[in-house]
Amino acid sequence: MSGAMKIRARMADGIADVAVLMMHPMETGQRKDPRTGQTIPAHFIQKVTATVNERQVLVAQWGAAVSKNPLLGFRVEGAKAGDKLVITWEDNLGEKSRAEATIA
Amino acid sequence: MNKLRRLLLKSGGASGAVAIALATGLLRPSQVFALERNIGAFESKSVADVLKLLGAADAAASQDIIIKAPEMADNGMVVPIEVTSRIPGATSITLLAEKNPFPLVAHTEFSNGASAYLNTRIKLSQSSPVTAVITAGDKKYVVSTEVKVTIGGCGG
Repeated sequence: MSGAMKIRARMADGIADVAVLMMHPMETGQRKDPRTGQTIPAHFIQKVTATVNERQVLVAQWGAAVSKNPLLGFRVEGAKAGDKLVITWEDNLGEKSRAEATIA
Repeated sequence: MNKLRRLLLKSGGASGAVAIALATGLLRPSQVFALERNIGAFESKSVADVLKLLGAADAAASQDIIIKAPEMADNGMVVPIEVTSRIPGATSITLLAEKNPFPLVAHTEFSNGASAYLNTRIKLSQSSPVTAVITAGDKKYVVSTEVKVTIGGCGG
């Protein structure tokens, strides 16, 4: 399943501690299907963004070597409980996903 | 890979203007990275070339960057990597897995209070140095750590 995200965002010592789990196959394009011998086409997230209250806090460019169902953990100083966090990603095939969470 | 290449080439048309801006010195590479994918760096198979394309060929070794990674990873498909920078004014972390077919793994830029800290999981095709490059102002800093892999995370 592609597209779903799990977000945990909570304040710890005045810093928002964020962990995002994205459901994505992250195919490198180097693997072969063991039955058919055919190369499995590359399919991986290329760009990730994060905003807090609509201000960009993170933008990432990824290659295919980020693990399947990627984990992204980061920290935001100056954020507070109740702030709105939005995560987006876009993959090499143009698929997109967006998820929201409230910092607890 | 060919399909990917074509896709990247197709989407690369818009980067022409950026290339011109770069060539004429209107934009510095570090500013462009956030907006435009550094396709050359992601497709490069050589660590030296990646560092050059990132403008980090002469990055200074720093003890203020900490990479937390297992010394020994049983499964190269999922290797936890945590990078913390104590360098003042750090705004980006770039991760390289030096022995991977394509060494550049991820480039992350931080702004508006996000600290130069990253926790993720990467694939390693074999035992390899894992390198983090940090940008602070117009300077680059680098640190590496060796991760031994029992079962590789590519192919198969």
